[in-house]
Amino acid sequence: MRTPVDTVMVEQRAASFASRSIKKDSKEQGLRLALSMIDLTTLEGKDSPEKVRSLCSKAVLPWAGEFEPPLPSVAAVCVYPSLVQVAKQALAGSGVAVASVATGFPSGQYPLDVRLNDVEEAVRAGADEIDMVINRGAFLSGNFDEVANEITRVRTSCGKAHLKIILETGELETLENVRHASELAVRASADAGSIEDGEVFIKTSTGKINPAATMPVTLVMLEVIRAYYEETGIKIGMKPAGGIKTAKQALHYLVMVKETLGDAWLTKDLFRFGASSLTNDVLRQLVRQHTGRYTALYDFSEA
Amino acid sequence: MSRLTVPKTYKLYIGGKFPRTESGRSIAIENKKGETIAHICHASRKDFRNAVEAAHGAFRAWSGITGYLRGQILYRMAEMLEGRREEFATAIQVTQHVTSAVARKEVDASVDRLVTFAGWTDKYQQVIGCSNPVAGNYYNFTIPQPQGVAVSIAPATPSLLGLITAIGAPLCSGNTVVALGSQAHPMATAILGEACQTSDVPAGVINLLTGKKSELLEHIATHRQVASLYVSDCSKKERVLLEEGSADSMKRVHTVSFTEEDWYDNSITASPWEIGPFVEMKTIWHPSAC
Repeated sequence: MRTPVDTVMVEQRAASFASRSIKKDSKEQGLRLALSMIDLTTLEGKDSPEKVRSLCSKAVLPWAGEFEPPLPSVAAVCVYPSLVQVAKQALAGSGVAVASVATGFPSGQYPLDVRLNDVEEAVRAGADEIDMVINRGAFLSGNFDEVANEITRVRTSCGKAHLKIILETGELETLENVRHASELAVRASADAGSIEDGEVFIKTSTGKINPAATMPVTLVMLEVIRAYYEETGIKIGMKPAGGIKTAKQALHYLVMVKETLGDAWLTKDLFRFGASSLTNDVLRQLVRQHTGRYTALYDFSEA
Repeated sequence: MSRLTVPKTYKLYIGGKFPRTESGRSIAIENKKGETIAHICHASRKDFRNAVEAAHGAFRAWSGITGYLRGQILYRMAEMLEGRREEFATAIQVTQHVTSAVARKEVDASVDRLVTFAGWTDKYQQVIGCSNPVAGNYYNFTIPQPQGVAVSIAPATPSLLGLITAIGAPLCSGNTVVALGSQAHPMATAILGEACQTSDVPAGVINLLTGKKSELLEHIATHRQVASLYVSDCSKKERVLLEEGSADSMKRVHTVSFTEEDWYDNSITASPWEIGPFVEMKTIWHPSAC
């Protein structure tokens, strides 16, 4: 019998990461790091090629003003499969990756062959990373083998593309389920073949359900990653997504990663933020630190 | 045994809430005898930043409603001031060391001033806007529109009337306001927040700070989200600081130097020309029907 997840302690521990004082130089370093870890995301029905192109220019050069040393690009642009090609062209040679949601995002309520086809098409269109959703219906019904089997097959379909597995923790009800789903996701993807460091991520949410990413949920997932690393030496990545809107929150997450997994995970290869409005808030804080002036929202592009 | 008094600690008014200052600092308010009668918050630059965020968030809705409705809401706020006349008068009397009659006069004038601005909300456009003569099948209109977030720096005295005037002018055209109350006599500012909260003014439309000018002026001047300033009672040095800081984001700086008497004169302090500095003139061409 293993120890159950202690919800009260998880919440207390997660809250404690928000009480660190990070000022001046370390704050600027933290903000730059957070910026470089963002998966700049647009997942709306109204997304158009032009919107994705403008998002891509923002991804490469988040702010046009002068900065010394220059600001980093974000980690990736995250779009629907039909826009992968557009993003791929716009980001060619920039070092910014193209991530595509797939497997019938966000619900995943489609026949398996449709979902697998979705993944293959996205990879063919040039996606470097695939953000899949797990079958929550099956998970909550207790059909864990089915969920695991699907994840294994999706990872096989990914080929060389990296895989991020969205648990949609807002629908999993308990932290115990979050832990179970995380372990299941990691092991199922290992079943499809050996995992290089950072080749597989677990991700909290689609961003379509409330609550999305929270600190306690992320902490539980980080602990699963730690346990897996201690057992196998393989580094799984983490991506909280949805609801992280301010630079301050982003710093809290970075503190949590550092104090749970250590410095090795403080890289975009192993940690990402799924966000859209976070970028501008991080930029605002950086520019404020740089110029000493409070900025206006119109100082930063929308996309 | 004499009763232990329970002096009040007034808080800031930001975004429809009453937060303590982020800095944790306070200033004691004393009466003539030097006894502490209340504490008020000593706001920091971060409180100011939060207030601008709140005001910016409230701007779209406040500028989007009809002038008539804005007038109704400001009138309702005047009703709430009327109900607190005693409280305001006592605060002014005790902290400004004036007679009860003078304090009452100021409170009454403040309520009336707000009613005047409430009246202007759906009329100033007709007065300072115009239909321009053009030769052709067009109409050409110039219409005033609110600019965004205004920061009002209230005079030391009259502490309530000056504050109401300094926020009334930008408010009535649809700007949202962050006000820094009288530094010397901040109590009326603190009470005004409570009056706002019980009126129908939406959260974030009026934000009230108490504290020290010397600390905040630089940040008020350089904050790029602030569109305009109402500046009263500032020294030449302070005005230079505000105007230089404002140049970068092209804020409008409206500086007034009213005498005590002027503050009581509606035709000077509540004229539509006091509303003008807080609007942007937009000129549009429109095809005529024929």
